[in-house]
Amino acid sequence: MDEKNGQKSGFDNQQWFNRAWPDDDTRIPDWIYTDQDVYERELEKIFLGRHWNYVGMECEVPEPGNYIRSYVGPFPVVVTRDMEGILHVFENRCAHRGVEFCREYRGTANSFICPYHNWTYDLEGNLSAVPFRRGLGGRGGLPPDFDMAKFGLRRFSVATRGGVIFATACADMESIEQYLGPEIRKEFDATFDGTEFKLLGVHRNILPSNWKLYQENLKDPYHATLLHTYLTTFGLFVSSNESKIPTDESGRHGGLLSRRPDGRPDVSKEEQANMQAFKETMKLNDPRVLTYFPETDSKWSGSVLTIFPTLTALRQTNILNTRLLVPRGPNEFMMLWTVFGRADDDDEMTRHRLRQNNIFGPAGFLGIEDNEALRFLQEGLGKAIPREGLALLGKDDEPDDTIITERAIRGMYRYYRDVMEF
Amino acid sequence: MLTDIGDESKALREHRLNIEEFNYAYAETLDAMDVDEWVEYFTEDAFYHVIARDNAESGLPLGLIYCEGKAMMKDRAYALLNTEMFAPRYLHLSISNTRALEIRGGEILASANYTLVETRVEEASRIQQVGKYRDIFVYEGRRLLLKERICTYDSVMVDNCLVFPV
Ligand SMILES: [Fe+2]
Repeated sequence: MDEKNGQKSGFDNQQWFNRAWPDDDTRIPDWIYTDQDVYERELEKIFLGRHWNYVGMECEVPEPGNYIRSYVGPFPVVVTRDMEGILHVFENRCAHRGVEFCREYRGTANSFICPYHNWTYDLEGNLSAVPFRRGLGGRGGLPPDFDMAKFGLRRFSVATRGGVIFATACADMESIEQYLGPEIRKEFDATFDGTEFKLLGVHRNILPSNWKLYQENLKDPYHATLLHTYLTTFGLFVSSNESKIPTDESGRHGGLLSRRPDGRPDVSKEEQANMQAFKETMKLNDPRVLTYFPETDSKWSGSVLTIFPTLTALRQTNILNTRLLVPRGPNEFMMLWTVFGRADDDDEMTRHRLRQNNIFGPAGFLGIEDNEALRFLQEGLGKAIPREGLALLGKDDEPDDTIITERAIRGMYRYYRDVMEF
Repeated sequence: MLTDIGDESKALREHRLNIEEFNYAYAETLDAMDVDEWVEYFTEDAFYHVIARDNAESGLPLGLIYCEGKAMMKDRAYALLNTEMFAPRYLHLSISNTRALEIRGGEILASANYTLVETRVEEASRIQQVGKYRDIFVYEGRRLLLKERICTYDSVMVDNCLVFPV
């Protein structure tokens, strides 16, 4: 107690060394976003643990011999389609000295040759050739008992659903269908509905924030109309839109589903009063950007799915994309956006999707704001005197059409805490 | 390649000078974040595309920014100035290696290199984007305007986000 002005310091009880998770699960500790040893535990418990990690879309490797660079958690992998059309995911690390041998974003190959000593792998990741294996002139070379079969690239189990490719290091993993759970599987199938997709391109960006903050961001309907003035200004989304926020039983996966009313939305006086940035809705000079051509049986015109740990899948009007979060330590992650249309789109539909994609992506009207907000957030968590974050809004047993809520964030961290054994 | 000073190359040199002046003014406008004025560098039906080099070279059409017509550019300008939240910054766009390549009917095909350096509060300056313009210019009256500007960027891995156009 400061005797002079009778005020107690607000900075009590600093806990740099105390890793006890707060008992109250509306509180989230700063250290899960910033600490190297927490990150290292995530590698083991999450990315190499009992989880399906999204690694790419089938439309990125449509033909035999196609490959892309990708990641399981932070670990570089190659996703290939072999000559029989079967997908494989193996590490991008030569079994010999450890070279990250695949250097191209994407391509077509019938084998991978490590440039350092020319060890060669087939499209399944098997070691198929080692130069000078028997040495030269009867001297040197590999030991005679060297077993090529034991020194292939380490492989991940692969599962696909609706054109989405997942990989896991877990040996006895449940099916992807079980992993998603019935509520989220239903919405997953509404977006990945069995049609053939066509790749439109990939966005890549680096965000100076913890990967979990992005999952939180897309489980957080509270921020949508407050941060994203674009949505309300141009009438794409307002809080009174019909919405649903499903989660799976464990809390790790979630969805933000919304239905855009026909015509311009009605923004209530109550909503307006709460939105500091509210502006009377504007008309776009080129309204084609927001045109919605219904292309799904789902009632939801907007669907954001957060599939633990590192996939987000977006279907917003006619924008279709997946985002892979690639952690690069606790303070940074890379985001790979795979943007696609449908294989039977005509040129005009393709152009429509390209126009609409101005809203998202690293120069999109929503992307700019989320990326900036998360950068500020990581700086607050990393630089300031530690404190617990709050996820107080809403209730855990509320109806799933409640929108001003942080229920899904709490759910994810209950699961996280459990799997991380905190 | 150095060519003879024929009539065509004389004309191209003249165009190149005009395009250089145009590009300097264009860069100054964007450095000032005056995106309302930026729109006025384009014809009504202009196409403006900012596309990652790996997408462009793979024949993939997705752009970071994809504007078909000035109306879409106006909407972007309005959104940036009136709806978008982003950190304060200084912008420094340099345009170099301007070349007038070919005269085709009333159109002039041109190219240039560009570098956008961004400086945010309490941070060192950093390259936000480096790329190449592939342009089609036309004269409307005496005014040189862009009918098409395709910005293909080498810096494929975007640092957080691109706020302003290049
Ligand atoms: Fe957002």
